[in-house]
Amino acid sequence: MKSVVPNTLFSFLFLFMLAVNIPQAGAQGTAPASPNAAGGTTPIEVKIGYLRAYAPELALSVLDIPPRDAGVAGAKLAIDDNNTTGSFLGQEFSLDVVEIEPRADAVQPLTQMVEDGARFVLADVSAEQLLAIADAGREQGIIIFNVASAEDSLREEECRLNVFHTAPTYSMLADGVAQYLIWKQWRNWVLVYGSHEPDQLFAEALRRSAERFGGNIVAEKLFEDQGTARRSDTGVTQIQRLMPVFTQDLPAHDVVLAADESEVFGNYLPYRTWVPRPVAGSAGLMPSSWHPASEQWGGMQIQNRFEAAIGRRMVSVDMNAWTAARSIGEGATRTMSGDAAEIADFLRSDDFQVAAFRGQRLTFRKWNQQLRQPIILGDGHSVISTSPQEGFLHQVSELDTLGIDQPETACQL
Amino acid sequence: MRRYLPILTGSLLAATAITPASAYMAYVSNERGNTVSGLDTETMAVVTTIEVGQRPRGITISHDGKFVYLCASDDDTVEIIDTSTHQIVGSLPSGPDPELFVLSPDGKTLYVANEDDNLVTVIDIESKRMIVEIPVGVEPEGMGISPDGKTLVNTSETTNMAHFIDTDTHQITHNVLVDSRPRFAEFKPDGSEVWVSAEIGGTVSVIDNETREITHKITFEIPGLRTESIQPVGVRISEDGAKAYVALGPANRVAVVNTETYEVEKYVLVGQRVWQLAFTPDQKYIISTNGISNDVTFIDVATDEPVQSVTVGDQPWGVVVAPN
Repeated sequence: MKSVVPNTLFSFLFLFMLAVNIPQAGAQGTAPASPNAAGGTTPIEVKIGYLRAYAPELALSVLDIPPRDAGVAGAKLAIDDNNTTGSFLGQEFSLDVVEIEPRADAVQPLTQMVEDGARFVLADVSAEQLLAIADAGREQGIIIFNVASAEDSLREEECRLNVFHTAPTYSMLADGVAQYLIWKQWRNWVLVYGSHEPDQLFAEALRRSAERFGGNIVAEKLFEDQGTARRSDTGVTQIQRLMPVFTQDLPAHDVVLAADESEVFGNYLPYRTWVPRPVAGSAGLMPSSWHPASEQWGGMQIQNRFEAAIGRRMVSVDMNAWTAARSIGEGATRTMSGDAAEIADFLRSDDFQVAAFRGQRLTFRKWNQQLRQPIILGDGHSVISTSPQEGFLHQVSELDTLGIDQPETACQL
Repeated sequence: MRRYLPILTGSLLAATAITPASAYMAYVSNERGNTVSGLDTETMAVVTTIEVGQRPRGITISHDGKFVYLCASDDDTVEIIDTSTHQIVGSLPSGPDPELFVLSPDGKTLYVANEDDNLVTVIDIESKRMIVEIPVGVEPEGMGISPDGKTLVNTSETTNMAHFIDTDTHQITHNVLVDSRPRFAEFKPDGSEVWVSAEIGGTVSVIDNETREITHKITFEIPGLRTESIQPVGVRISEDGAKAYVALGPANRVAVVNTETYEVEKYVLVGQRVWQLAFTPDQKYIISTNGISNDVTFIDVATDEPVQSVTVGDQPWGVVVAPN
């Protein structure tokens, strides 16, 4: 078989290497020396925007408040990685980070980013903001990567051709948990869900998973958010009395599922239920795309690199952003181009794959441009398991046992 | 090593014609166990277990067989084990997180891949001094050296390149893009080709050492296994250059590839998550390290049949067989 890279690349590479590369110092993360006199080529520049809707978040445990630069740090590390590779190929990557309010207009900042040269935008914004920038950027060929929102609708009825998703969906996360509980033969579940919209979406995904994999939801209960403070002095004493009573009337079950994406009650459940039962979902055994303690499949390497560069552990949104920016880098490397349309076509093709420390190649589902990925199950400290679980089979990819599959999709690209 | 071995095996083959199979000592690094298991290759039994530093991975041996060199990755050092006493007698300044290395054919220089720092470190063994650090791509791992010692090939796992380095100037001369997560580089004994495995890509790229272009790409298909679970890592080519053995990770098999046709001729079932390989000096066996099943498998090179699996320490990673 022939090389995947055009022959011209090799002659270019050869010239480039001889003329420009390789001073002993400074090769890491730095851009190559400017235009190559011998070949007359200028580095290909790839500008990536990062649009983030930010407001301080509340959490039941102070340990669960996201790092201030969550996500952005992952993108920065990927830019460094891309630039190390780019230094051998004459490609330069840069990141332009813009923060907005969660309900603010996202189109104006997008327009500014595009004017500044970005053709790719990583977005950590609300579903409404994501759709607004996707539609605003479509004419100019702007490619958006959703690195944070888990809403299935963004990959289904509201899918867009210029949007790729590296964040897993609620249905993928729920299926990851459900497969494990079925593998454990803990089949009878009660579902406690919150009163906010994200809680309801995750609860709905858990109901779907139960039906799909043979779990029984024997009872459901709403935990209403009454606007109380997430944390208060001596609050623990009250919670210890409250939660047993709240869970006292539930029928016999193996596991308590918590759907609390709003940090209202999830972490109150473990160890406080009326009968001793494990908790899964938004507390206890939690599904995610990444875990700060994941060290399998070469994970130790990116964890070390991240810690050295950023000074903290890597969280899921960091990994989603890293994978998005690395995918762009991989596209630029393989196509030897910085052109957004060309790179997006490559990401959609059979030739694309990205190695992202999840034990197998990751690819985008062609029907809705969602990144196929394993779901890591962990508690606050360590990785417990990774789904898909053994025995959950699929004719295309076992990763497609997680989330909405092609036959069920409502997406028409 | 390549230049040295033909002479050695020549004499060994002459010797084996009149005497039973020679016994060698195989050394296996156990990544999780923090030990090295020593096996007698004739009885195929563990005869010694050596306590070593944290997270031992890459392992090789001096050409005179006197010293084993071992990457103690989490201790950021290369440990030196005296093969006559099985004691750690010193260390080499490897730079941080050494994972894999290769010894120059003259046995004087060790080239080490430092995963966390995007560097290849060149160490002079006699003076135990670091000579130079060469910046390479992200997460360097695989290390191969040409039989004439002039060309070093390093693979970088996230950059997805094979970097060709001139060992005189310590400069990169060529970068060849391969598939995702390249983990190992092995020269053919005649120096004509470099074989580079890509773990996530699931392929082995054959690179012509003259043109530095990919001439063949070997893929693997095993009935009943998803292609994602076929993850090539270690590659070894027989002394006569006729056969290549490729460890296929979670596919639990070693592929035997005809180096003339580039066709896979056989898949040998070994233990779970097979990563690295080493021939015995007489080329009678090739030994695989099976990380998840905590064992190594001896494969008969003449028949390509698995002969024996032997339990070693926790999560065996690398293997080397003493030349004498």
